[in-house]
Amino acid sequence: MSATIPGAQPIASPERTAEAPPAAPRRRTTPTWSVVRALLRKELLVELRTLESVPGMALFAVTTFVVFHFALQRNSIDGDEAAGILWVTLLFAAILGINRLFVADADQGGFDGFALAPVDRSAMLFAKVLALLAYLIVLELIAVPAFGLLLLGPPLGHALPDLLGVLALGDLGIAAIGTLIAAIAVRTRARDLLGPLLALPLLVPIAIGAARASSPLLALGHAGSPAARWLLMLGLYDLVFGLIAYALFDFLLED
Amino acid sequence: MSTAAIEVDGLARHYGEREALSGVSLALEQGQTLVVFGPNGAGKTTLLRVLATLLRPHEGEVRVLGSRVPEESWAVRGRIGLLGHEPLLYRELTARENLSFHARLHGVMPERIEQVLTAVRMGDRAEEPLRTLSRGMVQRVAVARAVLHDPELLLLDEPRSNLDPAAVELVEPLIGAASGRTRVICSHDPGGGLAEADLVLGLREGQAAMLAPAAAVDAEAVAELYR
Repeated sequence: MSATIPGAQPIASPERTAEAPPAAPRRRTTPTWSVVRALLRKELLVELRTLESVPGMALFAVTTFVVFHFALQRNSIDGDEAAGILWVTLLFAAILGINRLFVADADQGGFDGFALAPVDRSAMLFAKVLALLAYLIVLELIAVPAFGLLLLGPPLGHALPDLLGVLALGDLGIAAIGTLIAAIAVRTRARDLLGPLLALPLLVPIAIGAARASSPLLALGHAGSPAARWLLMLGLYDLVFGLIAYALFDFLLED
Repeated sequence: MSTAAIEVDGLARHYGEREALSGVSLALEQGQTLVVFGPNGAGKTTLLRVLATLLRPHEGEVRVLGSRVPEESWAVRGRIGLLGHEPLLYRELTARENLSFHARLHGVMPERIEQVLTAVRMGDRAEEPLRTLSRGMVQRVAVARAVLHDPELLLLDEPRSNLDPAAVELVEPLIGAASGRTRVICSHDPGGGLAEADLVLGLREGQAAMLAPAAAVDAEAVAELYR
């Protein structure tokens, strides 16, 4: 055999390769958590190498704050206004990540590869929600300090401990709804349009609840703690859409 | 007890108004090879995807490895190896990372990754992202991915495309007759296809235009399907 493959070792003669490798040693079961970890690792590796989602999300948020900084023609904002601008900006930045969440799987056969494996379909939902949560956390590590520097009047430090709780509740809802909508939109031809169109109406209650809960934290003089009813509303909304996503996700992966 | 690996009776599948498959029936024994011929758009890939449990049949009965599809698809997933037009690999990941990912999904021990990488002679390029490899190399990794979990049934859509003659020899023990697996192969190569077939299915416009033992079919009859 004279043919060679560039960069590869010389190919063995048929006599040497006449036997297939031994059968695959197999674990008895594939625990769901092990699959979730494998999917999440893959997700983060692909994002680290392509940088297609998180840098775009962060750049969008920071640019939006800069635009607001000049458009409002004010040195600082606080209270309702600050909370509204922060959450609407985070929401639109999150849409960028949501739109890309399943693109590699749809374009590179990831759905088929996963569908052929004997694993619980919900593992992909958990992995995608965790991946989107990770993207949102990185986004907020950049966007929230930028917001404090460019727009916020009161010092951010005072608000931060309580604000972290509101951010966590908001992020959980965005991740659950975003994953569900992304899985629906990615299989359509107009996915870039359909994703935001479907996601935004469902995410608006999160923006309202999170903005109302954040408002007293961002007020001058740090006016108080977030109202419990808005935190409760956010928690319930997260729970309801988490359950809806869990119930529907299997069907979204089927033909 | 039936030894049929695949039993299909009256299979139909459509995409919107267009019928991709209509009234297809066949039976394939375990360890045998079915070669499917037919021009582009004849329904070969659709048939493979139905057998792989990735598409639901719209009419008819389909049994794969003894389980009804789609009702018992969960029972056969993990026992099927699919090698289609798409390699089902992530371009940004290396060959080893891709295989490690699929090994986790299938509950396969990590040492198997080395075995299949060695078998397709990709060990020395295993740390490079797939997007940097040639199409032939990606196809070799795709072969490794398809047999990683030692499937009983191989579904192969033009498996030797992009492979040079040396690489074809290389993957033969994995996906060829020597692998001992039941195989369904879509092919456009009458000579090569007939040589490895036990059963031949000819598809034209979604319908079975020919179903016969390979010994009863010659290359001219296959060529007729394309006219």
